[in-house]
Amino acid sequence: MRSRRFGLSMGYLAAIVVLGVTVVPLLFVVLGGFRTNAQINSAPAGLPGPWVTDNYASVLGSGAFWTFLGNSALVAVIATAVAVGLGSMAGYALSRYHFKGREALYTLFTLGLLFPLTVATLPLYLWLRQLGMLETFWGVAIPEAAFSLPVTIVILRPFMHAIPGELEDAAVLDGATRLGFFWRILLPLSAPALTTVGVLAFVTSWNAYLLPLLVFNDSAHFTLPLGVATFQSQYSQDTARVLAFTALSMIPALAFFVLAERRIVGGLTGSVKG
Amino acid sequence: MTTAATPVRKATPPSAPAAGARVKRPGLGKRLELALLLGPALLVFVGFVLVPIGIAGFYSLFKWNGFGPLDDFIGFDNYVDAFSGTVFQGAIVHNLIIAGLSIVVQLPLSIGLAMLLNRKLRGRAVLRALVFAPYVLSEAITAVIWVLMLQPGGFADQVLKGAGLGGLVHQWLADPGIVLYTLFAVITWKYVGFGIILLLAGLQGVPAELREAAALDGASAWQTTRHVVLPLLGPTIRIWIFLSVIGSLQLFDVVWIMTLGGPANASTTMATYLVDHGFKRYEFGFGSAVAVILFVICFVFALLYQRFALRRDTEGALTRMVG
Repeated sequence: MRSRRFGLSMGYLAAIVVLGVTVVPLLFVVLGGFRTNAQINSAPAGLPGPWVTDNYASVLGSGAFWTFLGNSALVAVIATAVAVGLGSMAGYALSRYHFKGREALYTLFTLGLLFPLTVATLPLYLWLRQLGMLETFWGVAIPEAAFSLPVTIVILRPFMHAIPGELEDAAVLDGATRLGFFWRILLPLSAPALTTVGVLAFVTSWNAYLLPLLVFNDSAHFTLPLGVATFQSQYSQDTARVLAFTALSMIPALAFFVLAERRIVGGLTGSVKG
Repeated sequence: MTTAATPVRKATPPSAPAAGARVKRPGLGKRLELALLLGPALLVFVGFVLVPIGIAGFYSLFKWNGFGPLDDFIGFDNYVDAFSGTVFQGAIVHNLIIAGLSIVVQLPLSIGLAMLLNRKLRGRAVLRALVFAPYVLSEAITAVIWVLMLQPGGFADQVLKGAGLGGLVHQWLADPGIVLYTLFAVITWKYVGFGIILLLAGLQGVPAELREAAALDGASAWQTTRHVVLPLLGPTIRIWIFLSVIGSLQLFDVVWIMTLGGPANASTTMATYLVDHGFKRYEFGFGSAVAVILFVICFVFALLYQRFALRRDTEGALTRMVG
């Protein structure tokens, strides 16, 4: 009994340490945004005193933040729609059609799990330049969708495969074509898996840095990660404003995470059920 | 199941294949459907993933700045140059150090914390969500946060001094002897929650009866952990190691934003080296060779790892990695 209580208090101790290490940097950023540079310089780890809202107001009023936010949303929505749309079609074909080379094709897609975007960046950049896709949102969204396709298909195929064949037979008896079955029955039934892959694709695209860095030169096109990094180096003397900018940039990711936590964690932990 | 259902179907769709067509042979309609379903995904995947990687292999054989004609074929000279340069050798070593530290530091840390947090603590759900928070932030935001925290005389330094540990204060990002470990600490901050969540999920799969049985047999807490819990976490740990090593080999965003690989190349990674040479110095041929090397290292590691480690978990573990 005593050892159990000891274990529990160790658990709480660990929880407090972990929480501190995790949360303090986030608080530093958020609270720092409410301070002046003078306050930050004289006491880097202090609390705001008095609280100043100018930094947040100037970031929210400047437009750059909103531009980056909008660009990120646009790119992530396109990338997610393309990855989930094409991935579910391919997943359907690979799970419920019998044809020669099906397993080879599936292996080809799974191999994509090993291909880091970094490796492909140089030719990808030249390729996008040739296609006239530099400085366009498609130029970032389509490659990001392409690199999300393997995970999407790898998650969707077993899920679609597990949907009973009797359902398909019944649908066909009722006069549905195979495509009708896909659209009206399989996709709605796959909603949980579609949400998971959608969330994963969205987060990946939302957080991407390297590809936007290469494709966008014009700051009017910057996505949030690129914008934050650029803002930090541009205004490195104005720490308080950079902190406010960074704090505001964290909000969408954290909010999205709160909404989609189950899907994100489920998608990740589902990976290791083996 | 499709085969069994096909005779029924054959009668229904108007585009049914001509009478007498063999069941196994896809009819025209089915082939069209397949093309329609698979075509777009294949086009995008091949066009934007496979072809660029293949082209990198081709470019790597040329001396080329990315703009003029591609006519200076130099064979494997770029590869020889890369491997014989001390900066790139250093970059490989840095990647390996980060990968090694991940396994030696992050993994035990994640396992220990996951086990401690696996108790019925109050507010456990909130705790888990918060621990996971850094993982959802982009690496770019993470990097900026820590650049600000680690400024000389800044937050981190003041906290250390306040705790009476002023002697630990360093030029976190400007000291070549320290910088790689600073970056590792930042990466750990961002990714340890991911490890904890994965391992907590793994721990859910350890039946309580097993632990109780071990305790009844007189096993100490440590013995139970060592001989019952850890082996059952095996698959989770092996996947974690895989993802962690691959991630360490491709490390880019945090390093690029925090140090650009400096000072004096002390934190250069293969990926920052690649981007630096490819996009800043316009050495596209050379950069492509570096990309191919990075790819081969990841690929060989993945194959060997699957062959020797993951195979124990499931057949075709590669496909189960995320599925």
